[in-house]
Amino acid sequence: MASEATVINVVARTSLWLQPHRIVLILIALGLVLSAVLFMRWDWLPQYWEMGLMGIWRALWILGVTCALGFMIAVPVGLAQAAGSIWVAAPAKVFCTIIRGTPLLLQLWLLYYGLGSLFPQYPWIRESWMWPYLRQAWPYGVLALTLSFAGYEGEVMRGAFAGVPKGQLEAARAFGMSRWKIFRRIWLPQAFYRALPTLTGETVLQLKSTPLVATISVIDIFAVAGKVRQDTYLTYEPLLLLALIYMTITGILVFTFGRIEARIPNKIG
Amino acid sequence: MAPAERASTPGAKLIDAFLPASAAGIIELLSPAPVGWGGTLMLGLLHSLEIAVGATCVGLLIGICGAYGKLYGGPVVRDLLAVYTTIVRAVPELVLILLLYYAGTDLINQLLTAIGYQRIDISGLVAGIAVLGFVQGAYSTEVMRGAILAIPQGQIEAARAYGMSPGLLLRRITLPAMLPFAIPGLANLWLIATKDTALLAVVGFFELTLATRQAAGVTKAYLIFYLAAGVLYLTVSLFSNLMLGRLEAWSRRGMPSVKDAR
Repeated sequence: MASEATVINVVARTSLWLQPHRIVLILIALGLVLSAVLFMRWDWLPQYWEMGLMGIWRALWILGVTCALGFMIAVPVGLAQAAGSIWVAAPAKVFCTIIRGTPLLLQLWLLYYGLGSLFPQYPWIRESWMWPYLRQAWPYGVLALTLSFAGYEGEVMRGAFAGVPKGQLEAARAFGMSRWKIFRRIWLPQAFYRALPTLTGETVLQLKSTPLVATISVIDIFAVAGKVRQDTYLTYEPLLLLALIYMTITGILVFTFGRIEARIPNKIG
Repeated sequence: MAPAERASTPGAKLIDAFLPASAAGIIELLSPAPVGWGGTLMLGLLHSLEIAVGATCVGLLIGICGAYGKLYGGPVVRDLLAVYTTIVRAVPELVLILLLYYAGTDLINQLLTAIGYQRIDISGLVAGIAVLGFVQGAYSTEVMRGAILAIPQGQIEAARAYGMSPGLLLRRITLPAMLPFAIPGLANLWLIATKDTALLAVVGFFELTLATRQAAGVTKAYLIFYLAAGVLYLTVSLFSNLMLGRLEAWSRRGMPSVKDAR
């Protein structure tokens, strides 16, 4: 019986969504896609297929690493601003202001061209184990994107930490929990739940920032599209496919985060 | 001290990296006179600000129309606007800029040749403003839609009951009443616009970031110029924050304070 009701429910919702004008719009969209497939040039695809997959993988890898590392920096930065003394709060605030007040492209080029041009002058750096990494471009890209994510997310975490009700922390203290345990069991989880909806938006923004690393010669999917454009003299096809790829990744991200959000039992405020 | 002597100690070497010649050298590098590159940077900053102001204005215009379309438009208009805002917010700005920059100029030229006019060279300034304005429009549509919904609807109904025409209603009631709800979001969009102008450096438009890159490339003083540009961007952001805070306070005049309500 219950399954029958859900089936009726789904049918009703679908018929509500699929109004006549939407069917027409979908048909027009399908027509546009079909004409793009038929009348545009896609014969370069087999040749660049593997390179494209590598590019997508590299973009996703950069996204994952920088979000994880950035969040790890954002937690202390947010905590310092929400609860720290002025000696830790002020530097954290300055860090967030600088990161949020300057373009990411400039930060990236400052690190790659500015900082990168300093290192070769020191023999001890050239002889150390870091040198093979410092000579490549991707560590600078990862560093810039990590700092950027930390700056934006640190501000979010400040609000999230400050928004946890005082009573929760006082109750934890009354139970005799140590400061570390209060942080681990009460403060961080509740702040994290509060920050989660914003985290979705920040992650999508971070995905949209990853193509900037192509400007310092990291071969991500954006750079692959640029190479296709250079080799084949095609203007639109690689860019349209690129837009489609990013939209797909964004859709998957939003869907996944929505699933995670729905799993959190007690919604706050 | 002779340069060779100074470079012998490691600490002095670090200072040398920051100061290729000397402290006087930095001032010379950043001076607005032709020997220095300060004038180039300031010109780049001017171009950046022109683009940011233009893009914000275009974005506001699209935003108002888009919000009206989303709230009061027919089903087709609403769906098309939903597609517009979703696509623009899901695709990286860099890709959109490349796509619109080439597609936009190409389309206009094809249209012109089809009607029988000469091809025209679209200036980078106009193209940049149009492209960034198109991107900003998607975001400000959402901001304005939320702000119009936050107005107590009785005010709009009362204005309609007085027989105000839609244009008068927009000018006298909707726009002023939604301002306090829209300004925080729009302030954020302005800050994003000033930073997004840097992306136009990738398509070769001469603005602050590209000016910095040229200056740094010629003089090899990378760190100095990138730091100087960072300071300029930061100054713009902080000054905007100050002004926008005042603007918000002004638009909220006569409204109950949020702080008192708690």
